[in-house]
Amino acid sequence: MASADVKAQDPRIAGISSAIRVIPDFPKPGIMFQDITTLLLDTKAFRDTIDLFVERYKDKNISVVAGIEARGFIFGPPIALAIGAKFVPMRKPKKLPGEVISEEYSLEYGKDVMEMHVGAVQAGERALIVDDLVATGGTLSAAIRLLERVGVHVVECACVIELPELKGRERLGEKPLFVLVS
Amino acid sequence: MSAYKDKDARINGIKDQIRVVPNFPKPGIMFQDITTLLLKPKEFKDTIDMFVERYKGKNISVVAGIEARGFIFGPPIALAIGAKFVPLRKPKKLPGKVISEEYILEYGRDCLEMHVGAVESAERALVVDDLIATGGTLCAAINLLERVGAEVVECACVIELPDLKGRERLNGKPLYVLVESH
Repeated sequence: MASADVKAQDPRIAGISSAIRVIPDFPKPGIMFQDITTLLLDTKAFRDTIDLFVERYKDKNISVVAGIEARGFIFGPPIALAIGAKFVPMRKPKKLPGEVISEEYSLEYGKDVMEMHVGAVQAGERALIVDDLVATGGTLSAAIRLLERVGVHVVECACVIELPELKGRERLGEKPLFVLVS
Repeated sequence: MSAYKDKDARINGIKDQIRVVPNFPKPGIMFQDITTLLLKPKEFKDTIDMFVERYKGKNISVVAGIEARGFIFGPPIALAIGAKFVPLRKPKKLPGKVISEEYILEYGRDCLEMHVGAVESAERALVVDDLIATGGTLCAAINLLERVGAEVVECACVIELPDLKGRERLNGKPLYVLVESH
């Protein structure tokens, strides 16, 4: 099903959507996991995915693409390279070697922490946040807070897939969210 | 083979952007941090371009990237040479049916996984990671690909730590790096 974010007529969306594999009961019973690894095997669909984001963000003065570990590392760098922005990895704790700032966020059960290197971004920069999928929006919200704490303007969050029934879009407040497939 | 020895003009710029973080993850280790390279659009692009120039037109249909920093360099290379991208992951991350390869660490073992069906027999593959140290992880990656009948054409890393002799641990597969660090 095509997202309302992209013109219904964009012919590339159907190919992207059909290249995504749904795996039932992963990581636990009842969850229908959206597997993008099959999209990465389809060279045209992967290229189209990146192109759709690049077309949207090129010429928008975006100097930072932040990608969330680990699948955000797959989509973020090609976008960053194409629009001339730096790529900033947002990582689980203890992975980044230098001085970091941390942001705690809630999971269904318990908490997790996201980290970014101090000095990676400057106040006043305009940023995109990229991940493969938005579910509850908890991870994206943590990424937004991390960037805003250092004075960066988050222009938009960009994901390949949205699970609208989990209402992640609402959790992002007034931050816009752009997705290719819902 | 090392681009450093070939003295490509872009190499010094790339090497200068890599930050060395002492005593990470433990005392005595000088960690080669590529996140600072990713903050420089020109040097990040040069890094990718050097790999693309080498592998374009060589009939490579698979770029396998090792979690997580191989996910940053692998996809841009794959997209530019028209190959599929295959993530090689730590256990329990890939949602579908996997094949696993165990490998030895300094203390203990770890395991690398690949989705069944991602790669077909006789495909020509590249393995990409940010850095080669002892070669243990790359060796596991080569084994995974060869077990499904793929031909590993070369391993490609941004950085090599030659003193750790990883090059000798690659089952005779060639290794290409941009930068050496002693």
